[in-house]
Amino acid sequence: MDSAEIVAHIPRLRRYARSLAGDSQRADDLVQDTLERALAKFHLWRRGSDMRAWMFAIMHNVFVNQLKARRELALDEDAENGLPSMPQSDPLELRDLDAALRRLPAEQREVLLLVGLEQLSYAEASQALDVPVGTVMSRLSRGRERLRALMTGTAATTNLKLVK
Amino acid sequence: MSDITETELHAYADGQLDEAQRLRVEARLADDAHAAESVRVWRDQNEALRALYNPVLNEPLPQRLLAARAARARWPYYALAAGAMALSFGLGWLVRAAQAERAVQIAALPHRAAVAYAVYAPEVRHPVEVGAEQQDHLVKWLSKRLGHELRVPVLTQQGFDLVGGRLLPGSSGPVAQFMYQDARGQRITLYVSRRDAEPQDTAFRFSQEDKIAVFYWIDGKLGYALSADMERARLLSVATVVYRQLNP
Repeated sequence: MDSAEIVAHIPRLRRYARSLAGDSQRADDLVQDTLERALAKFHLWRRGSDMRAWMFAIMHNVFVNQLKARRELALDEDAENGLPSMPQSDPLELRDLDAALRRLPAEQREVLLLVGLEQLSYAEASQALDVPVGTVMSRLSRGRERLRALMTGTAATTNLKLVK
Repeated sequence: MSDITETELHAYADGQLDEAQRLRVEARLADDAHAAESVRVWRDQNEALRALYNPVLNEPLPQRLLAARAARARWPYYALAAGAMALSFGLGWLVRAAQAERAVQIAALPHRAAVAYAVYAPEVRHPVEVGAEQQDHLVKWLSKRLGHELRVPVLTQQGFDLVGGRLLPGSSGPVAQFMYQDARGQRITLYVSRRDAEPQDTAFRFSQEDKIAVFYWIDGKLGYALSADMERARLLSVATVVYRQLNP
């Protein structure tokens, strides 16, 4: 059994996790949980299939579980209250892109990042997230529109409501 | 007159169209300023995301991520999949001698504890997940994850202070590792795993796992292993105290 290949994927998993979770500590927690689960399930990986997509799928599951767990612990509101304040009307700078991403619903953020940052094909993203390609497309469309609105400040009054 | 779907437009922006489709969309974009603007914005978004997060690719990998792999890579995962063998998956060669399953399960405990010691004891910056300053939280958290109330021995009289603890993956669920350290930086770990097998007790046993000395025992539903890279006699004196505190 060769799990060495998994290590080769760590940098990209970390990049995706960082963009997904924001905070680098939490991002590495996400990567660590993903690695542990991937190693435990290594026998389930179909040889010859794309390991990266498989690992993204595992990370997606871990991420969703973490979101659920946090909600159960009722930490969500605290976490959201702790978000950096956003300018309400001025256009956001590039450095605010990270903050804008936090304002996207998690499901839109995931699609936007898998496609835009990780350059997965729509089919791969659909596999990783275990949703139909049509769902990937509608989330991508909404996510991009919302990000555009956030970055240009047009979402100031109507859309800035935080979304769980 | 735009006969391009939004999906095609996204696929164009993301470079996911074949040549023929790409040319068709491109021709259409010349007449459709609105669509062309959307494509420009989406591409800008993609580029901005890469500009922002690509630097992560060049960061040195945190030790704990490599450790997560190293710790697991020594263990055969097929045994984990089989699941039922509570403690056996640390020792593939022993698994094959399955007629002595009970002995195997117990023997696997010190090995796994020693591996966990070898992985985390050298950690300089992140030896534990939760530090001793949050001991109440630490114990509650690990007790909850193991589904069994845990107690943390006090070893200050032996010169060891609690550093903290962490959660580790075990063959049948979470495992707790508490770490102690003396004034010279010598570390000891107490590895506690929950057993799914019939509750049982064993005597106090010793195992030498390479350079790491391990004293271990099973008390009902919990298996304990105290590990350190130190002489057997010295560890024994600490282990005796731990054993007495946990099995009063």
